[in-house]
Amino acid sequence: MTTQAKGLLAVLGVFLLALPQIVNPYILSLATLILYLAYTGQAWNVMMGFAGQLSLGHSLYVGVGAYASAALFVHYGIGPWLGLWISILLCMALGAAIGFLAFRFGISGVYFALLTIAFCEFTRIGFDHLQWTGGSGGLFLKVAQRDQIDLASFRGPPAMYYYAMLVLTVSALIFCSFLLKSKAGYYWQAIRENEEAAQALGINTFRWKLLAVVISSAMTAVSGVFFAFYYNNLFPEQIFNISRSIEIILGPIIGGIGTLFGPILGAAALTIAAESITEILGALGWEIPGIKQVFYGIVMLLVIMFLPNGIWPPLARKLGLGK
Amino acid sequence: MLAVDRISKSFRGLKAVSQASFDVPSGAIVALIGPNGAGKTTCFNMIAGVFRPDSGSIMFENRDTQGCRPDQVCIAGIGRTFQIVKPFAGLSVLDNVIVGALLKERSVSSARVFSLSILKKLNLGAKAHLLASSLTLPDRKRLEVARALATRPRLLLLDEVMAGLRPTECDLMVEVFRDLNRSDGLTILLIEHVMRAVMALAQKVVVLHHGEVIASGTPSEVVHDPAVLECYLGEETVV
Repeated sequence: MTTQAKGLLAVLGVFLLALPQIVNPYILSLATLILYLAYTGQAWNVMMGFAGQLSLGHSLYVGVGAYASAALFVHYGIGPWLGLWISILLCMALGAAIGFLAFRFGISGVYFALLTIAFCEFTRIGFDHLQWTGGSGGLFLKVAQRDQIDLASFRGPPAMYYYAMLVLTVSALIFCSFLLKSKAGYYWQAIRENEEAAQALGINTFRWKLLAVVISSAMTAVSGVFFAFYYNNLFPEQIFNISRSIEIILGPIIGGIGTLFGPILGAAALTIAAESITEILGALGWEIPGIKQVFYGIVMLLVIMFLPNGIWPPLARKLGLGK
Repeated sequence: MLAVDRISKSFRGLKAVSQASFDVPSGAIVALIGPNGAGKTTCFNMIAGVFRPDSGSIMFENRDTQGCRPDQVCIAGIGRTFQIVKPFAGLSVLDNVIVGALLKERSVSSARVFSLSILKKLNLGAKAHLLASSLTLPDRKRLEVARALATRPRLLLLDEVMAGLRPTECDLMVEVFRDLNRSDGLTILLIEHVMRAVMALAQKVVVLHHGEVIASGTPSEVVHDPAVLECYLGEETVV
């Protein structure tokens, strides 16, 4: 890392740490959302960016993670710290089952993506009818006194959620950079680039692809637990919605698939731009419903046309940084 | 070391290989030659575990490798290159080789050191940090060889790695293989159209035609065999 990069990182670090003290609650909620999308995008990136397996149903893991921890909390009073692990294990099992089915029968590419959508949709419909979690009526967590930090049941002021997400995002970044430099990272990238050649080099592609799915789903489960305790209400139609899955993957696609900073940069750029547009139009007195989605579409088109590798790789070169 | 016994393979009724048998003794360099469509690459793919033969058996070091997946065949000690090169295009040349080296090396850093030494051997050292997609075809062929060598095979399958090389480059590659064969005891089975390389390298040549072995023997025997001259080499051979 160059000194320039170190300087940039230090400035960014101080800024992120001080943020809750200097901005209003609206900006803080936006920053939390950005971090949430950055972290979840990073988790998705392990599967698609590293191992080349496209999941278009990642909200499955967010939803199951959220519902599991929330239901345990509501019904049995099991706190989020234990619920987190149960959610993670549950999502890992789900990911392993889907991966096993797909990879065992050689399903890849677009067909694999369709399979992930299918599983997410099954689950959405299933939760619509699951009375234990309130069915389509939703599951609600009691909104407790928000001024005091109750770490044991993950209750507190907005700044606490912001810092929790910040810690998660930074940990995910470190974990992913470690993964990328490990044997797994090399094997995943080989599989992504050419599966047949990877297999000829002695790589058990089935096993390594499965590992990518399991790690990605475990990381995404954590997003779900956060979602449940931050937003306090869960509806199957919302959390398992395909637009949620798309929202997760927009950040990494725009930031740069397979890069470490792409998901973070993409989530930040997209959220800030979309919010500014709504704000500016609001200030002008124009209310255009769905403008955000239209905006996402336009940004997507522009990035695909002019920066097919995302905005991070050219930016990294300009800043003199690595991946 | 490798004993191929009466293997056959058909694709939708078309016999690609029929009842082909040949041996590759340990420490030898054997060439598999024949006209286009003779079934050479299909033979390779059966040995490498891509296809399962319809009948017959393949023994490697007295172990039946039939039904093994390509990765298991590689772990058993057979490295291969692809005729239609398959580099990991988005990775650097060095990273391509590291992927292969990680099969036997314990850590990424030791795999890197080993990979660099292989790249040097194949005259790719200066290009280690380029993207594999930026290489020319002859360099990509060399990269295929480097990657396969990185898995430390005891038997190396080379599928037309000389194609497209200039005669001097071809001689350099021949030297590399000869050296690997002599100093490391690497056994090599190669498919090759470049007779210059075949004559210089092979101790034994197997000729395939329409999926059948029509001749086998020393290079000089084979190039004077009337059947081989008729179907493949033509009247004026390179010798």
